[in-house]
Amino acid sequence: MDKAIKKVLFEPLVDNNPITLQILGICSALAVTTKLSTALTMSIALTLVVAASNFVISLMRKHVPTNIRIIVMMTVIASLVIVVDEFLKAYFFTISKDLSVFVGLIITNCIVLGRAEAFAMKNGPWDSFMDGIGNGLGYSLILMSVGVIRELFGSGTLFGVEIFTKVTAGGWYVPNGMLLLPPSAFFLIGFIIWGLRTWKTAQMEKRDYQIHQVHRTEVV
Amino acid sequence: MSSIRRFMNQLHPLFAKGGRLEKFYALYEMVDTFLYTPADVTYTAPHVRDAIDLKRVMTYVVIATLPVLLIGLYNTGYQANIAMAQLGLDSTPGWRGPLLDAIGYNASNPLACLLHGLVYFLPVYITTLAVGGFWEVVFAAVRNHEINEGFLVTSMLFALILPPDIPLWQVALGISFGVVVAKEIFGGTGKNFVNPALAGRAFLFFAYPGAISGDSVWVAVDGFSQATPLALGSVPGIDSAVGNIVAHGYSWWDCFMGIQPGNIGAESTLGCLLGAAFMLYTGVASWRIMAGVTLGLIGTVLIFNFSGGEAPMYGMPWYWHLVLGGFAFGTVFMATDPVSAAHTNAGRWVFGILIGFMTALIRVVNPAYPEGIMLAILFSNLFAPLIDYVVIRLNIRRRMMRNAKV
Repeated sequence: MDKAIKKVLFEPLVDNNPITLQILGICSALAVTTKLSTALTMSIALTLVVAASNFVISLMRKHVPTNIRIIVMMTVIASLVIVVDEFLKAYFFTISKDLSVFVGLIITNCIVLGRAEAFAMKNGPWDSFMDGIGNGLGYSLILMSVGVIRELFGSGTLFGVEIFTKVTAGGWYVPNGMLLLPPSAFFLIGFIIWGLRTWKTAQMEKRDYQIHQVHRTEVV
Repeated sequence: MSSIRRFMNQLHPLFAKGGRLEKFYALYEMVDTFLYTPADVTYTAPHVRDAIDLKRVMTYVVIATLPVLLIGLYNTGYQANIAMAQLGLDSTPGWRGPLLDAIGYNASNPLACLLHGLVYFLPVYITTLAVGGFWEVVFAAVRNHEINEGFLVTSMLFALILPPDIPLWQVALGISFGVVVAKEIFGGTGKNFVNPALAGRAFLFFAYPGAISGDSVWVAVDGFSQATPLALGSVPGIDSAVGNIVAHGYSWWDCFMGIQPGNIGAESTLGCLLGAAFMLYTGVASWRIMAGVTLGLIGTVLIFNFSGGEAPMYGMPWYWHLVLGGFAFGTVFMATDPVSAAHTNAGRWVFGILIGFMTALIRVVNPAYPEGIMLAILFSNLFAPLIDYVVIRLNIRRRMMRNAKV
């Protein structure tokens, strides 16, 4: 694979992750990660929409007047999202019900519009398509990580398969109810960002201010 | 030079820069400054000359919790002994049984009650100290800051606001959340934006509601169910909140003294008043916050009394609100946390009134949670910086206008 393609494909996984570095697309990450099945569906849906919208918008990037480019992008994205939504309703009705409005809300997901504006408007269709896939994968990586923790420790299952037997079913595991509430995803994403920035120190933000450090006693 | 000082001096090179145990300097520093006044001096303004430092302030708060702790221990044992008599049990199951059999389970013997409370409090407290202390040391070593006595306050407060027979692994999880997420992530002592003990309890409250809410957890006897008086007041279908509480045998004086089922040590208004008197006398807590919370609660409750409503709690008079649940403990020990409260004097009034208002609102209007002071304080903690900002801006504007007139 060509080096530039590799870069746009894999950089969004860790080094330039849309969720943990750019803090985009948080709302859906909080809402759909209670269960892995919905998290996975959402990940696939979003990856397809970003890739396709990047591709289409890149194709017409030279013909779109700058003044109305956001409207054009929204039209493309909205059409794609409606296709995905209808597809889910037709073939995966229960999951579509679980996701409720969140598939429709991909239209307003900052990652999609962000990539269209930042990448697809300046690069060729193939690069843009790969960039969409890469960003979708970066989003999916975080969504799945959060989903695994929330479903495993919140309900004791993974994809609905029982891993820990709950106390109520005669087992030993006391499920953590906090993980079923949306705020827990905030904490988890926070922990992931903390871990990631400790590992990749380049991602750390500059301090806004530094509180004066008190000297430590060296001589008693 | 005393022998302890000489011993500490001998140890110093081990922990100092380049020493073998350099990583654990924080531990050495903790013991050293706990025993002796630190030799640090401030290099930059502001210079404050005061005999009291942060460590002594924190120690005073721990001392202030002693009355409420003693009454709480007695009450925990007393409630358990009554429950055992009702159920006809003659020994506590598990390791506590052999310890307590010697003194017996007579509810009218204060010592028996105190000991019975102690065997439930100590495991919770020791777990809190060990797990929370572990996180403190880890962060002190990695982040290169001091271990502060503030943790002694956090751990004591945290242990006092838990129900007596909470599983110890939940205690460990709760204090870990409180110390790490509410305090250390934001920079440690003095930088926690919410009260760490309350944050830990709120975590447990939402994560494992079965062990920290409902009717069956407040008395330390398995299989014994007794609602707290506050919960008795919000049972649907009763005529009068106070009537139902009194009908279950809890008089106003019982609640004021703290003889009611509930958390280990957060039930006694009397104990909280003694602690408050000590903290106000030594100047480590703000009377404005305490007065604000009380006034806010009384005012809101009076409005509810006049407006009336469907739930029986609308009719509960304010002097009952003051002695029920964790109101007194929250007001005296939690709301006055100097870091997470508002810092300006006017702001402290607003902050306190907001807590009192929210507490009454949650208690009376919300049917899901009988107690509201925990969430009210956490909520107001988030508003404290905003309150301070407004107070300071208003002050600046007032002074500018005064100057403009001249």
